[in-house]
Amino acid sequence: MRVALVDYDSGNLHSAEKAFALMGRETGAEVVVTSDPEVVARAERIVLPGDGAFPACKAALDAVPGMVEALREAVLARGVPFMGICVGMQMLADLGHEYRDTAGLGWIGGEIDAITAPGLKVPHMGWNDLAVLAPHPVLEGIATGDHAYFVHSWQFRVTDPAHLLAVADYGGPVTAVVGRDNIIGTQFHPEKSQAVGLRIIGNFLRWRP
Amino acid sequence: MLKTRVIPCLDVADGRVVKGVNFVDLVDAGDPVQAARAYDAAGADEICFLDIHATHENRGTMFDLVTRTAEACFVPLTVGGGVRSHHDVRALLLAGADKVSFNSAALANPDVIAEAADRFGSQCIVCAIDAKTVAPGKWEIFTHGGRKPTGIDAVEFARTVAAKGAGEILLTSMDRDGTKSGFNIPLTRAVADAVNVPVIASGGVGALEHLAEGVLEGHASAVLAASIFHFGTFSVREAKEHMAAAGIPVRLI
Repeated sequence: MRVALVDYDSGNLHSAEKAFALMGRETGAEVVVTSDPEVVARAERIVLPGDGAFPACKAALDAVPGMVEALREAVLARGVPFMGICVGMQMLADLGHEYRDTAGLGWIGGEIDAITAPGLKVPHMGWNDLAVLAPHPVLEGIATGDHAYFVHSWQFRVTDPAHLLAVADYGGPVTAVVGRDNIIGTQFHPEKSQAVGLRIIGNFLRWRP
Repeated sequence: MLKTRVIPCLDVADGRVVKGVNFVDLVDAGDPVQAARAYDAAGADEICFLDIHATHENRGTMFDLVTRTAEACFVPLTVGGGVRSHHDVRALLLAGADKVSFNSAALANPDVIAEAADRFGSQCIVCAIDAKTVAPGKWEIFTHGGRKPTGIDAVEFARTVAAKGAGEILLTSMDRDGTKSGFNIPLTRAVADAVNVPVIASGGVGALEHLAEGVLEGHASAVLAASIFHFGTFSVREAKEHMAAAGIPVRLI
C-alpha cells in the first residue's frame, strides 16, 4: 500500500514522515513524500500536513499545478482514506478567517475561527487531553483523557455536529478531530503525540472506510 | 485542560552530551540520541538540544543527531545553538527538528525571527533570552554565557520578538543558571505576563519546588531543566508528581 504525504512546501513535514514511516513498517505501507499530483492521484492513503497560516498554506497548495484536482479525484471520487493534520485539517473547511477570508477545500462544512480563551495564552501549545465524542476506526484504542500535542491559534468550527469526533478543553471546547466518510483530520500533531499519536497513525493506515 | 510541560534539555558539544547523562543505564551516556530516547520513554513532554559549541564545521554532526533523534522520539524536539538565519532553520527542520531556537542572532537583528516565522510558521520558532537582574525590577539580556551585557531590556525584547512572530520564549535566568537555587521568579513573571506566547522557564533548578515555583509564581507555561534530570537527582515522573501535588496540571504517563 502506498501512502502519499503531500509536500507543498508548507512548513515541516519531516517529523510526520518519520512517524508515518515507522507505522508504515508495522502495517506494510510504503510512505512517499511527494509534490507530484500523479503520485497523489494513485495513492491508497493520503496525508496532508500543514503548518503556519491558513492563507499561506492554501496558496501553497493551490500553487502546485494539478494538486487540488488530484486530491479531489482521489479523495472525493475514489474514496481514498485521507488525513489532514493541523492546518492540513483546517483546510478541509469551507472558509478560513485567519488574516483574511480564504476558501478552504470545503470537504467538511465549517469555518476556521480564532481561539478565544480569555486569560489564556494563544497559541494553544502543548499537551491536552482529548474528549472522544464519537467512536471512529482511526480513534480505536484512544480514550477520553489520553493526551495529544497541540500547537495552533485557530480552530475548526464544524457546521454539522456529527463531524466533530473529539475535542480538548482550552477555555472551552476546542476541536481536536473532525471526520466524515473517508476523511479525517486532527488539529493536534499525531506525529508528535508519542504512543497516542502513533496509534492514531497506525489506525489510519489500517483503516478501510 | 492544557498541561504544563516538563522539558529536559541536553547540552551538546561536538555531537556529545556535555557531562553525560547518568539517570539510567545507557550503553553510552554521552550519546544525545540514547539520552533523548530515555527521556521520551520517561514521559518528557518535549526534548531540547542546545548545541553549545555550534560552529560551521560541526553543523553536520548536529543534523545527524537531530535526524537520528527524530526517527526514534515522537515528542516535539527543539534545537538551538548557532542558529543565524532562516537557512539554518530550514536545515534543522529538514533534519527532523520540530522547533528551532534563535538566540544571539535575534539580538543582532530581531527581523530574523520574522523572516523565519513567515517561512515556517510561528509554531516552530523559539526565541531564547538569557537575562539577569541589573536593578530591582530591571532585567538585562547577557550573552557569552552571562558575561557580556547587551544593554537590551529583557521584557521589552520579549515583546519585540513575540510581535515579530516568535511562537515561544525560552527564558534563562542567567544569574541563577548552575546555582541550583531556583528560577529568577520576578524576571520569569515579568516576561510571562508581558507576552501572550508561552514562556519556558530555565536556569537554576536544583529542587522540585523550583519547578512548581516557576509555574505558580513565575507564570511559566513550561519548565526546562538539565542537571537535575541528567544526574538522576530526580526523574521526569518525580518532577511531574511534585508539580501535580502542588496543583499544576501535568501529563502523567
